[in-house]
Amino acid sequence: MTTVLTFADIESKASSLGIDLSTIDLDSIVLPPGEDFGIKSDDEDILHEEEPPEFEAGYGNVIVVDNLPVVSPEKFAKLEGVVRKIYSQTGVIKEGGLWMPLNPETKMTLGYCFIEFNTAQEAKEAQEKTDGYKLDKSHIFVVNMFDDIEKYMNVPDEWTPAEIKPYEPGENLQHWLTDEKARDQFVIRAGTVTEIFWNDARQVRPDPVYQRQYWTDGFVQWSPLGTYLATVHRQGAAVWGGKSTFNRIHRFPHNQVKHIDFSPGERFLVTYSSQEPSNPRDTHRILLNIFDLRTGKLMRDFKGSVDDFTTGGTSGLSGISWPIFKWGGGKEDKYFARIGKNAIYVYETETFILVDKKSYKVDNVVDFSWSPTDPIISLFVPELGGGNQPARVSLVQMPGKEELRQKNLFSVSDCKMYWQSNGEYLAVKVDRYTKTKKSTYTGFELFRIKERDIPIEVLELDNKNDKIIAFAWEPKGHRFAVIHGDGPRPDVSFYSMKTGGITNRVSKLTTLKAKQANALYWSPSGRYIILAGLKGFNGQLEFYNVDELETMSTGEHFMCTDIEWDPTGRYVATAVTSVHEMENGFHIWSFNGKLLYRIPKDHFFQFQWRPRPPSLLSPEKEEEISRNLRKYSKKYELEDQDVSLALSEQDRKKRRAIQEEWETWTTRWKQYYEEERNLRMQLRDGEPSDDEGNQEEYEAKEVEVEEVLDVREEIVNFDQEQ
Amino acid sequence: MRPILMKGHERPLTFLKYNREGDLLFSCAKDHTPTVWFADDGQRLGTYRGHNGAVWCCDVSRDSTRLITGSADQTVKLWDVQTGTQLYSFNFNSPARSVDFSIGDKLVVITTDPFMGNPSTIQVKLIAPHPSDQTSDSVLTIKGPQGRINRAVWGPLNKTIVSAGEDSVIRIWDSETGELLKESDKESGHQKTISSLCMSADKSHFLTGSADKSAKLWDTRSLTLLKTYVMDRPVNACAISPLLDHVVIGGGQEAVNVTMTDRRAGKFEAKFYHKILQDEIGGVKGHFGPINALAFNPDGRSFSSGGEDGYVRLHHFDPEYFSIRM
Repeated sequence: MTTVLTFADIESKASSLGIDLSTIDLDSIVLPPGEDFGIKSDDEDILHEEEPPEFEAGYGNVIVVDNLPVVSPEKFAKLEGVVRKIYSQTGVIKEGGLWMPLNPETKMTLGYCFIEFNTAQEAKEAQEKTDGYKLDKSHIFVVNMFDDIEKYMNVPDEWTPAEIKPYEPGENLQHWLTDEKARDQFVIRAGTVTEIFWNDARQVRPDPVYQRQYWTDGFVQWSPLGTYLATVHRQGAAVWGGKSTFNRIHRFPHNQVKHIDFSPGERFLVTYSSQEPSNPRDTHRILLNIFDLRTGKLMRDFKGSVDDFTTGGTSGLSGISWPIFKWGGGKEDKYFARIGKNAIYVYETETFILVDKKSYKVDNVVDFSWSPTDPIISLFVPELGGGNQPARVSLVQMPGKEELRQKNLFSVSDCKMYWQSNGEYLAVKVDRYTKTKKSTYTGFELFRIKERDIPIEVLELDNKNDKIIAFAWEPKGHRFAVIHGDGPRPDVSFYSMKTGGITNRVSKLTTLKAKQANALYWSPSGRYIILAGLKGFNGQLEFYNVDELETMSTGEHFMCTDIEWDPTGRYVATAVTSVHEMENGFHIWSFNGKLLYRIPKDHFFQFQWRPRPPSLLSPEKEEEISRNLRKYSKKYELEDQDVSLALSEQDRKKRRAIQEEWETWTTRWKQYYEEERNLRMQLRDGEPSDDEGNQEEYEAKEVEVEEVLDVREEIVNFDQEQ
Repeated sequence: MRPILMKGHERPLTFLKYNREGDLLFSCAKDHTPTVWFADDGQRLGTYRGHNGAVWCCDVSRDSTRLITGSADQTVKLWDVQTGTQLYSFNFNSPARSVDFSIGDKLVVITTDPFMGNPSTIQVKLIAPHPSDQTSDSVLTIKGPQGRINRAVWGPLNKTIVSAGEDSVIRIWDSETGELLKESDKESGHQKTISSLCMSADKSHFLTGSADKSAKLWDTRSLTLLKTYVMDRPVNACAISPLLDHVVIGGGQEAVNVTMTDRRAGKFEAKFYHKILQDEIGGVKGHFGPINALAFNPDGRSFSSGGEDGYVRLHHFDPEYFSIRM
């Protein structure tokens, strides 16, 4: 890393040169090729290694139109008019930006012309749209970007074999998992600084790992298995990782990237940007890139207008819901799919083309989701024709597109699908109209995916009119929690898909009445759940044990906006992010609701635990450990004890040092005080001022003074009377 | 600990001061009328009428005969504590922000705000033994610091003046020549406006509170930073316990930022910190607005707080307070 120029330096330099920085469009600055003005870029080495640098020659907004008719000077104006008309449709041609060269001898045109547009995007669009345009039978336009011609001209005719680089072992990207104390990491973003910490719960404080200013232009995001940390920049996304510090592993160029999404198995990265249309009546154009995460190679891009990527119906103008592509087929990242008008587009990652080379047609489909583990899609089609055709939920197997199960539903207003994390169950929340159609009520359709014929069970709440405020499956479990109710204090109910010996009946475990909760946060290992009252409830937290059906503890993180369990389910972070002006920062709790420590941070934007890959232990081994937990935990208990002993020892030492330092100050002060005693007395006209040590004696004197005052007053009165 | 609520002011409190014996408590507020209370049971003893603007600060002489008050009406007034009569009025051309009697009560240091083009000043005046001989001549006038000077107090033996204010720098001046002797370090010092400054009883160290959400303890002679107490809110007021190694710090969101109806949001608590270990000991809740003023009784057995809500809350410590172990 070379010297980094801070913005303050730049500002001071600019003001010394008399330049007003605010008037300069920083994007307009293009350095001449090969000249760096002594400013070393930290990307330089990478650029040189990977590919010969590509320089914008500054003609990105120029296209070359070939195969024009060759005309005589008389017809020149007419041809020019025709060309201008064609290209004015796609963009604004710069003034004097249309140049049709002439043969100097014959004064005939040469059959091609150059057109300069206002922007590079317009030029690109014009090139794409008019390449192959048929002016007439013998004149089919061949349109190229001016820069492209330059580029291909420069390709050497001789093939030179590529240099094979020696293998360099990459960094150990999993190093954080080998932490001796088995701690978890988290990333926070506050102000301009992004920091990564260990959650050192034993020492009840965060232990810094890495920090960097201006690391990202937008947000940061861990990959689903925690291997990488992604940052977004104007030029694209980048992923970072490594042993001790965070080094850049790859960059994924994508101008103005807005959203990113990892595939669940960390094989691919999807980046997204959208572009304001130059004509406000047009729709936004969007661009999606899918990269191979490990090589950094662009696998496929998708371009189009927003309309192509939405169902057109309910989502409206604001358009897309991120992620556009949903990944399916479990951790192997085999498939990805998106929804479109009357179809679901399923792609496979072997070839990056549609499965069976065509989309899966479903009329009026509005929503779909993948099973988290299997290549099964659940999709929802709303009611049609004023109720003549019922709404339906279907389960479809990929890649064969066989419908596994279908359920028709009547008078449905809305539907939401919730998969259990192991793909064993699917809960469909169905909002139905009441007979009067004035209000709705809610029920659940529960699918048991792993059982034969996929039985469906209908669940209705005890009170049918209750609104459903939140729903959540127990991760890897068979239970789910629902917050329901109408009033200001809703109820929370727990249900199980297996009860006692009967495995195919859903049953209610319990209902907790009148809770201050509106959000549910299951521990990633199940069993524990936080009933949280965010927003209107000011951050009430209740830590609940679902096995024992008892509240472990209650707490409050005032104004809390975000709650996140660590990947092991040992700790919970609650945070107040900058949506509130005050109270910004985060608290770390133990799983049973003990507040461990709190860190206030102004302008707090983001808190994210680093995810962990799934455990490598077999289920048998895990069971063995939990059975013999005492044996295993002994070692750690000893360690804990050592740590707490060391801590208190450290603490004592520190306190002693502080105390001693303070003693030196106070002795000095006392000395001064003694030395200055007489001087002080002089200042007070000899009054034996300093009231230390002999306070009681002094108070006695005070009484005397009061008496004297009284006497004086009487004398005055007496005088006047006489 | 049940506080005694003293409702006598109609506007936010600005300053609190105990006399040396600790039997009287003087309070200043934006309502123009400084008030004196019995520090034991909170009875109102009397008021000092005559100011025509918010009263920012006051000080009482060692023998509890004279009260001096500084006000936004551009005057500093000298009062007879017992009768409440105005003895003298110093006139300025800008609001007076802080007043402090020297050891021996023969001098007073006054700060004035920057106003209508006049810069802020620190002025030293002689206090005549008899009010009839009083003149308004300044012995010394110091100009220089930018912005308001929120507090200026005498150092040991009246040899120095310590000032702090909006430019977040603490300065020590020679009280004879007006020469700048020391300045606090920009790096380790406060980052935002210093709102309050409180001397220890022996003037060996002092505590400053700042809008940067911290209070700092300094050595008066060397201006060495000794301790920092980190808060989660801007600090408006602070005080050093004369009895135990405690400091009390109060503040809250600025009134303009208080948008929530919930009082917890503003954090209008007086927080106790261990002076040496810098650890938080506890908090005293109650005010329905930021705390603007704090003062310890000189015996260290009670303290009072004044808030933006117009109340003075007088707290006598429970016996448990004196046995807190850290």
